[in-house]
Amino acid sequence: MTAQYTATAKLLHWIMAIALIALLALGFYMHDLPFSPMKLKLYSWHKWAGVCLFLLVFVRLAWRIKHRPPALPEHMRPLERMVAHGGHHMLYLLMIVIPLSGWLMSSAKGFQTVLFGVLPLPDLLEKHEALGELLQQLHMGLNLFFAAVVIGHIAAALKHHFVNKDDVLMRMLPAKFR
Amino acid sequence: MKRLKLAVLGLVLATSGFANGAEFGKVEAAKSSISFSYKQMGVNMDGRFKKFTADIKFDPAKANAASATLDVDLNSIDVGSPDGNSEVGGKLWFNTKLFPTAKFTSTSVKPLGGDKYDVLGKLTIKGKTQDIVAPTTIKIQGNTAQFDGLFTLKRNDFAIGEGIWSDTSAVANEVPVKFHIITTSSK
Repeated sequence: MTAQYTATAKLLHWIMAIALIALLALGFYMHDLPFSPMKLKLYSWHKWAGVCLFLLVFVRLAWRIKHRPPALPEHMRPLERMVAHGGHHMLYLLMIVIPLSGWLMSSAKGFQTVLFGVLPLPDLLEKHEALGELLQQLHMGLNLFFAAVVIGHIAAALKHHFVNKDDVLMRMLPAKFR
Repeated sequence: MKRLKLAVLGLVLATSGFANGAEFGKVEAAKSSISFSYKQMGVNMDGRFKKFTADIKFDPAKANAASATLDVDLNSIDVGSPDGNSEVGGKLWFNTKLFPTAKFTSTSVKPLGGDKYDVLGKLTIKGKTQDIVAPTTIKIQGNTAQFDGLFTLKRNDFAIGEGIWSDTSAVANEVPVKFHIITTSSK
């Protein structure tokens, strides 16, 4: 059997993949809604999930440092390897910076984040309307970029599986899906 | 000479009697504030009313005869967010088109000792009246009186946020209201 990602790495990858795609969709849907109690609830759930995923990235990074992933397939040339590594680094960077941008935005708009409605997180900035608007644009822009990198990531995995016919996709799949 | 001294003494006593009977009724609006806080989804938000008028009669020598009426311009509300401010004057909230003013009229003032008082009265918002008790601290310095108090109202008692907005898990029912009113003696 070829080298696999650890079961923990697989679990973290797929939980975060599903959750992040759901949050992307929720974010794009919710921000256009007319003001209502449901809108307030969706915003809160989006933020609470965002905080949890933000914490999970660091767990994932710690795990990755201690458990190096399998090497890239031999057929990949240096430029391809650079793009692969660059793409993964970019995903990690975005998974850290995007929730931070959300936290900053929320602070600047005067809405403290209270996790699950009970644990207040400190505001990173003083209330400032213009800065809040700017950070909203940043959060939106970063998420659009993130969506593009995710699509590229999925496309690359499918390309490896169906075109290169190597084990890149397989080694991240849980045993029962292999 | 003795009669003159007596007359002067009498005049001094009379005028000091007048000074003690001063009613601290001139409201310094720029130094006064009416603010409140509320919770949305567990998140604390601050708000205030920028315009109000008050008619206060307070004589420290006759505290339990004091009275106060306040008229708050509900259109001057700031709930701390642009979305909230667009929503809060609407029919489901304050319905300011029909009810532009909130009115408080005191019914009695009970001195509690020291500078602490209970101010009892009726609060009318959106056509509904509730009895409230506002624990108040009244401090006098020279010809300035400072009234500080806090009371909590339940927004559902006044149908503030009705229909879909009556859901108190989204916006909490309890709304602490804080007032800080400075008045001067006109004498």
